[in-house]
Amino acid sequence: MFDFSIITTAIDQFLRSLMPSAMAVFLECVLVAVCVIVAYVLLAIVMIFMERKVCAAFQCRLGPMRVGFWGLLQVFADVFKMIIKEIIHFKRTDNLLYNLAPYLVVLSSLLTFSCLPFARGLEVLDFNMGIFFVMATSSFGVLGIMLAGWSSNNKYSMIGAMRSGAQMVSYELSIGLSMLTLVALSGTMQLSEIVERQADTWFIFKGHLPALTAFIIYLIAGNAETNRGPFDLPEAESELTAGYHTEYSGMGFGFFYVAEFMNLFIVSGIASTLFLGGWMPLHIPGLDGFNAVMDFIPGIVWFMGKTFFVIWLLMWVKWTFPRLRIDQVITLEWKYLVPIGLINLLIMTLCVVMGWTL
Amino acid sequence: MSYYVLLFTMIVASFLFVGVTMLIANLISPRSFNKNKSEAYECGIPTQGKTWMQFRVGYYLFAILFLMFDIETVFLFPWATIVHEMGVDALLGISFFLFILVLGLAYAWRKKALEWK
Repeated sequence: MFDFSIITTAIDQFLRSLMPSAMAVFLECVLVAVCVIVAYVLLAIVMIFMERKVCAAFQCRLGPMRVGFWGLLQVFADVFKMIIKEIIHFKRTDNLLYNLAPYLVVLSSLLTFSCLPFARGLEVLDFNMGIFFVMATSSFGVLGIMLAGWSSNNKYSMIGAMRSGAQMVSYELSIGLSMLTLVALSGTMQLSEIVERQADTWFIFKGHLPALTAFIIYLIAGNAETNRGPFDLPEAESELTAGYHTEYSGMGFGFFYVAEFMNLFIVSGIASTLFLGGWMPLHIPGLDGFNAVMDFIPGIVWFMGKTFFVIWLLMWVKWTFPRLRIDQVITLEWKYLVPIGLINLLIMTLCVVMGWTL
Repeated sequence: MSYYVLLFTMIVASFLFVGVTMLIANLISPRSFNKNKSEAYECGIPTQGKTWMQFRVGYYLFAILFLMFDIETVFLFPWATIVHEMGVDALLGISFFLFILVLGLAYAWRKKALEWK
């Protein structure tokens, strides 16, 4: 597998040979930040386009077709439109919190996004407690949503934000439990190390039944965490106008929209890293020829392929199931997913301790 | 390079990203003023009554329950990384820990704290 740290060390050495090391570090930080933000925005655009096309396919339509070939430029046109839209200042909002909310939402998703290992050596934040850091940063996105709903001085936003708070906080648990199950199997919390340990088999095969259960729980909880699909109560457009971001216009709304899509990408990216091997190619123990052929496909293609597969699964769920009621959402989490998650954790521990893994 | 430098970079970068984009949008977007425009939109008709008032308690109950379980998750993460080395001890220890935790969940369930009323 190609190691991207060759490129980064080359750039590092080149910069250090040109200028003092503090300056070089500063320049590298700027470079990293620009790269991450460009990737963030481009992926968001790709995903908005994909959402429209997938949604259209499920409803037997064509989706956007007019702007550019096959509608490819539609999303770019929409982003441009969003930037030049008027930003309306409301009189009776809580101004500080109202303006702070998009910052928090984007901060949460951007920090989580920079933890994802795209290929070997191609990750920004690679802490030794990476998965824990992901949990921590992704969970304060709910703060931004609560602030947006509370500060808007709008009853529907308020209801949406409260629902979002209850729902995201509850499903955080199931995400935590299924991550915990996988950490018990892998024995490390560092994301790059987790991927390295899936070199012989992916964890979803290695952990067989408990890993599969954890994967399904993770997908359900992740879908609820991004406020999408059957769990889109916080912005249920038929009851709450547009939920917590009703009062935002122009770019303020744009950031909520982008962050929501990127949260979907992050949930899928973490799912593919933890369960489906991240950038690790499909290896079958014993079949060396097959493994060698699979190694020719670059890691970033594997990662993107798996991530977009999971995204497609979640979009399929979104456009197929009707919306749940708030009591059904809460019941599903607390009476089904949490007990199942706890038992699943015990079974996984038993499997790991007894050596019943593949 | 230390990861904390990068973490700090990403925090600054995300604030700059939102801030600069909002600034640009503010500069190039059109403006128009009128009395009704700065009222809350809500759903199109004029707002009735106050928004910031007491809210139902059900939402807070689940936040409290969440705290209980989330702290447990924090405690479990270090344990999960060393399950391999600990062997059977890990299983016994966690069974006891989870038993006490499930008692808490069962209590909440019995007291009908998990019902949405």
